[in-house]
Formats: sequence, C-alpha cells, structure tokens
Amino acid sequence: MIFEYAPAPESRDVVDIKPSYGLFINGEFVDGSGTPFKTINPASEETLAEIATATEADVDRAVQAARKAFGVWSSLPGSERAKYLFRIARIIQERARELAVLESIDNGKPIRESRDVDLPLVAAHFFYYAGWADKLEYAGYGTTPLGVAGQVIPWNFPLLMLAWKIAPALACGNTVVLKPAETTPLTALLFAEICQQADLPPGVVNIVTGAGETGAAVVGHPEVDKVAFTGSTEVGRLIAKSVAGTNKKVTLELGGKAANIVFDDAALDQAVEGIVTGIFFNQGHVCCAGSRLLVQESIAEELMSSLKRRLSTLRLGDPLDKNTDIGAINSAAQLAKIRELSSAGESEGAERWSPACALPDKGFWFPPTVFTGVSQSHRIAREEIFGPVLSVLTFRTPAEAVEKANNTPYGLSAGVWTEKASRMLWMASKLRAGVVWSNTFNKFDPTSPFGGFKESGYGREGGRHGLEAYLKEIS
Amino acid sequence: MTASTNASLRAFLHGLPGVDRVGADARAAMLGTRSIKTSAKRQAIDMAISMVDLTTLEGADTRGKVRAMCAKAVHPDPTDATVPSVAAVCVYPDLVAEARDVVGSSGVKVASVATAFPSGRSTLEVKVSDTAFAVAAGADEIDMVIDRGAFLSGDYLKVFEEIQAIKAACGEAHLKVILETGELATYDNVRRASWLAMLAGGDFIKTSTGKIQPAATLPVTLVMLEAVRDFLALEGRKVGVKPAGGIKTTKDAIKMLVLVNETAGPDWLDPDWFRLGASSVLNDLLMQRQKLTTGRYAGPDYFTLD
Repeated sequence: MIFEYAPAPESRDVVDIKPSYGLFINGEFVDGSGTPFKTINPASEETLAEIATATEADVDRAVQAARKAFGVWSSLPGSERAKYLFRIARIIQERARELAVLESIDNGKPIRESRDVDLPLVAAHFFYYAGWADKLEYAGYGTTPLGVAGQVIPWNFPLLMLAWKIAPALACGNTVVLKPAETTPLTALLFAEICQQADLPPGVVNIVTGAGETGAAVVGHPEVDKVAFTGSTEVGRLIAKSVAGTNKKVTLELGGKAANIVFDDAALDQAVEGIVTGIFFNQGHVCCAGSRLLVQESIAEELMSSLKRRLSTLRLGDPLDKNTDIGAINSAAQLAKIRELSSAGESEGAERWSPACALPDKGFWFPPTVFTGVSQSHRIAREEIFGPVLSVLTFRTPAEAVEKANNTPYGLSAGVWTEKASRMLWMASKLRAGVVWSNTFNKFDPTSPFGGFKESGYGREGGRHGLEAYLKEIS
Repeated sequence: MTASTNASLRAFLHGLPGVDRVGADARAAMLGTRSIKTSAKRQAIDMAISMVDLTTLEGADTRGKVRAMCAKAVHPDPTDATVPSVAAVCVYPDLVAEARDVVGSSGVKVASVATAFPSGRSTLEVKVSDTAFAVAAGADEIDMVIDRGAFLSGDYLKVFEEIQAIKAACGEAHLKVILETGELATYDNVRRASWLAMLAGGDFIKTSTGKIQPAATLPVTLVMLEAVRDFLALEGRKVGVKPAGGIKTTKDAIKMLVLVNETAGPDWLDPDWFRLGASSVLNDLLMQRQKLTTGRYAGPDYFTLD
C-alpha cells in the first residue's frame, strides 16, 4: 500500500526577519559603511533581508569595542563569566525553535537537522564551556586570556560554528569579533539579540557581516590577538600567510576528504545508515563528511545494492518540512562547484548514480549522488566536493584500506565499520585523521576535541583541548 | 539453506551480519520523528485499524468476554460504518470456537496462541496437540512461541524442528512465530531468531507474547523488518511481521507503519504482511479518527470497552 506523507511544514511564524540588519558593535546594532548585500533563502531564491557590509573602518570600531570590553570581561571572576554563558545557553534553548527555523530558512538545511542536531549542540556547547569558566586552573593551559579574538566562520553550520568559536573564547576571558558567512548571517544576528537579552557587557561579542574582504580585515587587524577560522583550505592558507610573522595565535579548521571504511564483518544495516549520515547529512556540506566510501571488495556488491535501496527512500525538498531528509544546496556558487566536480567524475570514467528524485523548480538543488568505480587518481576521490556526492572505492586488506584512507592531503576525520574490536583499535591507531568514528559517523559532542591533520588545519576545538587556543601559554 | 545439523544452522545464523545496537536505536528514533499529519494521518489510522490483531490472553477470559471483543473486532465503531474491521482476534485455544462463531464470515480472522503459551515450556507432543486442537476449533492463524531456553543454550536445531512440527500441525492455518525478543536480549539474537523462524517455515515473525517487557520496541521491529526484507531477497519467500505488546497509542502505531514503509517497504503495508498485536490501541485509533473527522475529541465513554 502506498503511504504518502502529507506536507508537514514547520511554521515560519516563530521568526521575525527584519528587512535590513546592521552590524553588532559594542552591544548595539549600527549601520555598516560598505554596500549592503542580500541574503536569500536557497530553497526558493527569495530575498530574506538586506545585510550591512563592514568595511575596514567598521571592523576597526568592532575591534576597539572588543579591546575596551576585554579589560572588564577578563577581570570578572570565572564564575561571573559562567553566569552569562549559562544564561546565553538557556536563552538558546528557550528560543531553539525560532533559531532552528531561521537557520533552515537562511541555510537550506532540513528542519529535522537544525532542530535535532544543530540547536541541541549549540546550547550544549555554551553549557559545556560555561562550566569551564571558573575551573581554568585545573585544565592545564593557564588562566590568562589572549585578548581580542577575530573569528571567521562558514555557512554550513552557521550557529554551531559560532558556538564553537564564541563559547570557549568567552569562557577563557577573551572578547570576540566574529564574521559569519555572507550567505548565512541571520542566526548570528539573532544571536547578537540574545547577547543583548542576556545583558552581556557591550563589546564582549561583536558581529560584523560582509564577504571575504570583511573577513580579511578581521583577520588582518593588528589588534586582534587570536584568529580562529573554519572554512576552505584555500582561504585557510591565505590566513596563515597573513598572520605569519605576527604574534597572533591561530587555529584553522579546514577541508576534508574523509574515508568511511566498511569491512566485510560490519553490521551492514547500520553501516549503510552511517554512510548516509556520513555524506548526505546537511547535503554533504560538512568538512568532516565521509565523502570517500572504502568498501571491502568481497561485500561491495551487496553493500551497494543496500545503499541504493536506502537512498531511494531519502526525501528531498522543502527544508522546513519536518519529513525532509535532504534540503537545498546553500548557494548558486556551491551548486556550480558540485556540478563541475560531478561532471569531472563522469568524464574521468566513474559511474554516476542517483535515485529517482524530483528536484524543485526554484532554488539550488542537487540529488544524492553516488560514483562507483572511482580510483584514487580521480578528482572526485581527491578534491573536497562539499556536496551530496559519494565516491566509492574498494580495498582488499586492512593495510590497503589504511593506505588509501591516508593517501589524501587532508586528515580531518575517518570512519571504520567492523564488529571486530581488535581491528577497530588497529585501524584507529593507523589512520591519520583528527577524529576516527567507530561504527558511527558525524557524531559531535562539546566534550570531544575536533580538528585536523595535514591540510585539514591545526588546533583543536571542543573539549578541554579547545581551551588551549584561547589561553596564553604557560611559560 | 538446509538445516541438517545444529552446527550448520549455527554457522549460518552466526554468519549473518551483526546488528550495532547504537546504530539501530538511532535509526528507529529518527524514523520516530516522522511527522504524519492530515491526509496521511487519516490513511495511517485506517491502515492501523485494519492491521490490529485484537487480543485477549488472560486467565480470566470467558466466553462472554471473547464474544464482546469479537463483536468489536468486526465493527470497531458502532456509530461509524466507514471504520474498517480489524485483521484478526487473538485468543487462547479453548476460546477459538467461541470467537469463530461471532466473527463468522466477516473476514476477521481468528488467531490462537498455542504451544504452551506464553513460556513454551512443555513437550513437543503437548505443543503439537495444543496447535491441532486450536486449528480443529477453527483457528485461521496460530501464534506459537519458540523455546527460548533452547535458543539461548545454542540448540538452534531443536527450535527449528519444533517450528517445523508446529507448521505441519497448522495445516492450512498461518503460522506466526513469537520470538519473545525481551528474553533474547540482544539485537543479534533477534536477527538470528528471525531467520531461524523463517527458515523453518514461519509465515509471520512476531516480537512478543505481551507477557514480558520490553516487548514491541521500535528497534526490535526494525531489525525484524530488515530480516524479512533480506529473507525475501535471498530465499524468494515473503514473511510477515507482527509487533505485539506495548503498542498503546495512535502515535505508537503510526511509528510502526513508518518503520515498515521505510524499511521493508510499502509492499508490507497490508494486513496480510503486517499486524499490530494490541488491544487498548484500538480505542485510541478510533478516538483520533473521530477527531480528524469532527475536529473534536470525544470522551472515553464514547468508545466501547470490550
């Protein structure tokens, strides 16, 4: 019997999107000096709001405000800073639905994910680092904050990346100037309102919007003591160059081309789920996505047929529909990049497959796509696609799996699927990746450090380790 | 797959892919978030009603109790003729004739538990004769329990041969094999027991007797749905699934249907292939159905207690 799920859209009424937004500097919304830009809903191409562009002078004002606030904020006892962070965390929980809906509208991700993954993790991050604020002396990294942190975040998890950056910085006593991505500024601006609601002292958090130039101004500002960036390896390199020779401390969380390795003794149904979560979660806009499936040749056929059957049940469409599994691609530019790399996959001889899947007429969409017959030399096995595209490779032995998994300039994450514990431990010790997931994938927790090897960046965010990036080294 | 020895059965069952508990729980929980509203909810409610095995399995059951329940099974809502009948009634063997008499030719099937239900602790001879008695009294379906003691001690051949013997005693009647998943404890065991029951000839695999907790959880049902899906692909025979025990609300029932839809597939969304073993859920389904029609909830006294 065909069981058709009726549309189940989450109401947009909970959010109030203003026609235009300014910059958040020194606790107030102010006009930007640059030419404003528009942020759109990637699922419909509808313009959502006009956003101010911060020029170098605006960024300077924000840094000065943060510098001034640093004196006050860093001299508060840790327990007092914790109160603010706990308050912010609670307001985030109270306004979770509003934030989730806004995130889905601006980013294109399914409401199921923004509601069940992003928002709970955002609140958990603030709660977690609030707990550290008065216990820094036990963390082992000293207790002296750095000063003003310049933070630039990507569009794939706008609010979660903000939480990863702001929560530890504030807990340690730093103040911040944060630039959200130009395609997804709205939740950061709503977060600015939450800072007001929490009575956070002015200047502790400043949010400046704009494109690459604004980001460069934040990173390059001489009075910024610490730079934290999450985004592409290409931009990460530019940042590393620009801060070279300065006293700025830097953490970079960059791209990835993670291997998701399935052995013939794996729990296959759950491995299939892990493959889906690995690459189709958040439309594959995940730096640690399991974009390379390495499957043991002896089960490749069986696994692929299970995977294809499972992919045929994925529901692509309106991000606000509570039953949607795959939302919209975040921007036209990203869609073009995914298309370009997918065409390259075909012309290099890999076999392309997608489930039957109707794409909406408006907006930016790409169907879940699987490439089989991929070899290490194909571009789709080497370059980060950052979209719902899986490249499938096979291996014969554990050693070959390790060799192929590590044979990439990246090293952010990896997944291993086996029911054999000794093999799991052996693999984990051999894989050069910041995170190795064992019989799961794309699981995050504020207590767990996250970061990369090689071109995936340096420094760790999350956990006790995440404090190190925001404290002066003990001499 | 032939089961000539316990060793060959064991080799086969232990060669099945394992089930990762965390992953299975997460998948079931995710499917539990599906939002089934308006027209989909209406369809789901009618589908669920038509799949209910309306059950009474109490020591205190009487002819009167069974007759009343059977009348309700045929016409769940006396005020609304558009409400479908349930799939079957499920009673103890000595009350099968009574149930048969009431449901008559309504299309509602009579199911009977057998094989020393619920513990299954008796001789094969007793179990076969229990089954033959229920079939002779007019049962269309037999819900047998497996010997969990034999299963847990690794005597798969004993379980296998017992199911085969009961299947033979069923004749034309359909055989549902109750795994009592709450006593098997691990999902790996649930998968193995599912395959064992299917290989031995079961027409349906059923989670629980309803006497042991936990009973029909979503992840256990998920694992069993994966088993029937894979069994069809490998052996070419379609087997049904019946979660039973603990399904109390319309929401519980709809979650089960979503699980079927996205695991075994829409081909199983049919009373011939999927049943809900329950009793109290029926009134909640009727109440939600009426709410969809009238926009209002009626009090519990507007639904019959039979």
